[in-house]
Amino acid sequence: MHEVIIIGSGPAGYTAGIYTGRAGLNPLLIASSVEAGGELMKTTEVENYPGFPTGLQGPELMDAFRAQAERFGTEVLLDDVIEVDLKGPVKIVKTGGGKTFEAKTVILATGAAYRELGLPREKELSGYGISWCATCDGFFFREKTIAVIGGGDSAMEEATFLTRFASKVYLIHRRDSFKASKIMQERALNNPKIEVIWNTEVSELLGEGKLTGIKTNNLVDGTQNTLELDGLFIAIGNDPRVWLVENQLTLTPEKFIQVDGRSSKTSLPGVFAAGDVIDPTYRQAITAAGSGCVAALDAEHYLSNLK
Amino acid sequence: MAAKNVTTATFQAEVLSSAKPVLVDFWAEWCGPCRMVSPILDEIAGEHADKITIVKVNVDEEPALAQQYGITSIPAMQVFQGGELVKSIIGAKPKPAILADLSSFIN
Repeated sequence: MHEVIIIGSGPAGYTAGIYTGRAGLNPLLIASSVEAGGELMKTTEVENYPGFPTGLQGPELMDAFRAQAERFGTEVLLDDVIEVDLKGPVKIVKTGGGKTFEAKTVILATGAAYRELGLPREKELSGYGISWCATCDGFFFREKTIAVIGGGDSAMEEATFLTRFASKVYLIHRRDSFKASKIMQERALNNPKIEVIWNTEVSELLGEGKLTGIKTNNLVDGTQNTLELDGLFIAIGNDPRVWLVENQLTLTPEKFIQVDGRSSKTSLPGVFAAGDVIDPTYRQAITAAGSGCVAALDAEHYLSNLK
Repeated sequence: MAAKNVTTATFQAEVLSSAKPVLVDFWAEWCGPCRMVSPILDEIAGEHADKITIVKVNVDEEPALAQQYGITSIPAMQVFQGGELVKSIIGAKPKPAILADLSSFIN
């Protein structure tokens, strides 16, 4: 039986690993088989993580997180959790690789998954012009015309990054202002290759077998437009990944895992949650890391009270 | 077992003329999800060597091949059989999901 199982390998999960590892709890961290490192594995330059004054690459940061967790005895397993039973004093965790683990405490740091537009044929065209990862796919749009949908930091970063390849990047947003940080907005707005289309949503995806364009709808004056595109990058936000636990834990009305005040305590004893899966507001690497620390200390405290 | 690297010069012989189905993994150094899926493909290659061959195309070195096969998103795993493209798997997926996608070739 494990003292602690951590599910998730972003800043929250690895920080929980560092703290519970240093507390001598030999945590098992189940990292996912293909998405270990989480969201930051898909970003490029991280400029706002304290302690790195000249910035560093997202994957580099996550490798450092992992190494630091492993240094203190965190066992990192590249597997996917497919089922949990959190109700009793012994928590059961099952993986896609066919393993079953037991633990006294579980820290959920499953993060958030990208949100889809919800349009017909979106899945079918994914990988055929529609992309969810600018750093992976930008390369294929050299001298092409593409669009990025969204108004947050990720949309700004993707649009700016994609101008390295594309000849033209439309940045399409539903509102008349961005919620992205000022520095990211300015970078996008000052880039001559980027043209912002405000107050506009995508109403239809065009193309057979491959995306050739989109239809747009202006939300203020109702104007319909058709835009010819080679690629479409969707960055409209993330939804907390709660499917593993939604029938066992209390969620907030917005479907985040509910925690007690500033703690990481969920509705079940011995079950803690941290990072983007509990955070509708801040969702930064540093806040997730802080939250992973809170969960580790809460788990440690819970375990010491069991003895 | 590490997959063999294939280029424009060897694509015909290694992929299109192969008697066995061939999965071509289009990848790049800078693609995080590609790095995650690569060891999974190596495992599958080892476990099913009698049924399917797995090779790699580095899209940085072989942009023409990537373009010829309409790659706009990586990792892209394309299966060729008898010289024809018969299956496309896009994006990193866990091993059971990739095995399920390949079930008609390896079972």
